Amino acid sequence: MDYSHLKIGLFIPCYVDQFYPQVGIATLELLEKLGCKVGFPLNQTCCGQPMANSGFEHLTKDCNNLFYDSFAEFDYVVSPSGSCVLHIKDHLKLENRPEESQKVRRKVYELIEFITDVLKIEEIAADFPHRVGLHQGCHGQRGLHLSQMSELNAAPYNKPENLLKKVHGLELVDLDRKDECCGFGGTFCVSEEAVSVKMGKDRVADHIRHNAEYITGSDMSCLLHLEGILKRKNSAVQVKHIAEILNSAIKQIPVPNH
Amino acid sequence: MSKAVIEHAEASETFNKDESYVDWHDETLWFVRKKRDISSKLLPEWEELRETASQIKHYVLSHMDDLLETFEKNAKANGVHVHWAADAKEHNEIVLAILKQRKVDKMVKSKSMLTEECHMNEFLSQNGIEVIDTDLGERIVQLRQEPPSHIVLPAIHLKKKDIGDLFHEHLGTDAGATDPQYLTEAARQHLRDKFLTRRAALTGVNFAVAETGAFVVCTNEGNADMGAHLADVHIACMGFEKIIPLQAHLGVFLRLLARSATGQPITTYSSHFKTPRQGQEMHLVIVDNGRSTQLGRADFRNSLKCIRCGACMNTCPVYRRSGGHSYHNAVAGPIGSILAPNLDMTKNADLPFASTLCGSCSNVCPVKIDIHDQLYKWRQVLVQGGHVPQAKEIGIKAMSMVLSQPRFYQWSGRLGRSVMRTLPFMVNNSLNPWYKQREMPEPPKESFRDWYVRNRK
Repeated sequence: MDYSHLKIGLFIPCYVDQFYPQVGIATLELLEKLGCKVGFPLNQTCCGQPMANSGFEHLTKDCNNLFYDSFAEFDYVVSPSGSCVLHIKDHLKLENRPEESQKVRRKVYELIEFITDVLKIEEIAADFPHRVGLHQGCHGQRGLHLSQMSELNAAPYNKPENLLKKVHGLELVDLDRKDECCGFGGTFCVSEEAVSVKMGKDRVADHIRHNAEYITGSDMSCLLHLEGILKRKNSAVQVKHIAEILNSAIKQIPVPNH
Repeated sequence: MSKAVIEHAEASETFNKDESYVDWHDETLWFVRKKRDISSKLLPEWEELRETASQIKHYVLSHMDDLLETFEKNAKANGVHVHWAADAKEHNEIVLAILKQRKVDKMVKSKSMLTEECHMNEFLSQNGIEVIDTDLGERIVQLRQEPPSHIVLPAIHLKKKDIGDLFHEHLGTDAGATDPQYLTEAARQHLRDKFLTRRAALTGVNFAVAETGAFVVCTNEGNADMGAHLADVHIACMGFEKIIPLQAHLGVFLRLLARSATGQPITTYSSHFKTPRQGQEMHLVIVDNGRSTQLGRADFRNSLKCIRCGACMNTCPVYRRSGGHSYHNAVAGPIGSILAPNLDMTKNADLPFASTLCGSCSNVCPVKIDIHDQLYKWRQVLVQGGHVPQAKEIGIKAMSMVLSQPRFYQWSGRLGRSVMRTLPFMVNNSLNPWYKQREMPEPPKESFRDWYVRNRK
């Protein structure tokens, strides 16, 4: 499909920009592969969530303005982080400009949500022949409704899983607790270090118990935390953002030799 | 800020010293959460029930004055003495006065979180009244001289062995006994004697029906009934938010309460109290203790919808790994963390931060309280009120300054990553709480932005 008439702005959260450039690259390449024309405004920094979740929402005015100025010209803003997207959707406030605030809130999408609901793409030709566990970031799941949560008595659906299931060679592992929080929680990860780490260890253990080779998810902040724990354990299990998996080029499938 | 309490983060760190114990605590509560899931999913109308309950409570919160007056009028007509207490102190004094007037110095009590909130046992004991908790879990924590760690499962933090040791010491059971049936029987015999000899009984109230002036007490052990039916004086204490408009509404709340709490379809006993039996006195103490203030806070009013099922605690990944006592408040867990700051912002400023804001609590809540959104809002209120440590404020201000200026942000990022690469000990040290049990991410040479400028511009 050709989506080149849409002006899509790429929002790469600060910690992804600084520590996981490959996730930004995968997101950009994936969107382009899917036929999108994507721009990356160079003055973007952060959604403001680290301050706001710590109780300092009043210190996010400049971040909000930067965000608005960076993305005002775009039809959609797409980001590989459910948590940052949810923060913009719920909390971005421009002083005395409620309409503009609403406008920018409405056009922000998490990557998987954008692929599924806006582009309406159900299958991506990708190749990742591994056992993969899906970690569902809480803000993406319960906030942006990327998948049905186990708390509700409601029909199940799962947008990231739908895409992953169609990746060539990928085997999704079952988890004992399919939507328990990993314990990252922004500044919680340091202010409540003991509980944060224990939650992370338990999450990692669930994936390892089910023989996952990779833990994936649509929120790099959860994966950053889980990666830190895996590495400290010298575990062979790796984290990979879902954009990296979906962007993994399909390899030439060899024609069977009869 | 001087605080008498140990803050949540510190208490949790202590709790986490024994990892296998934390695993056990987490699994025990997760088991309850799973029972709740199974039971709630057996009802196709579950979500509709939650919405209905939430709406009824919404009505209650906006008609509180009328409903309370109606309830008082009807309760009085039923022959019940109604008392109003503005705060915990008044509540305790009212209870004491009732007992003194009847020259009662021993009382049995069935589980009441309100009296925990008011620290009533302590007050009565200082005034020469002996209070015996009759709920098994409550009796256990009472013998241990500690508060309940959970509003529904007060002794959930204890293992069978702990109970065995405790009963051996206080009730004379065999040393090393851990058989639940044996230990329960010992408690039963011990409590039976108390029930038979006490002239006064205090119970909580789960629902007070405005329409009839009656109230409902839910227990699994029947201890509220045993206490109230044997005593000459029955005192029931309730926070004013326990009111519901109509008897018919019980059909909504009773279906939700036990399923949410333990996964049972209904509590073993749902006892309706309306009129004192002949020769008995029945008192109702209706308590405010900060509830009016909370009702006046638009962002936090909905917390008063709570029916005290404890589902938010069982589901909370933080509660399961920090234990109820780490919340240093009568009501622990997510709901406690949005109720407690209303009672004392200085003392409880840490609680709204004891959450990852994962949102599971709001979605198990049978009355749909927006718990995690309120935690976020309390954080703003507490910061604005100057209730967070100054070091934190300095840190966040610095972060905000960096993130507010693109060039400064880019420069700091480059510098930071370069330091991490060349001088890793600058971040990989004991001053960095992240590094204590986690590796730092590998710092790349170039940021995404640098890559983009180099490749795409």
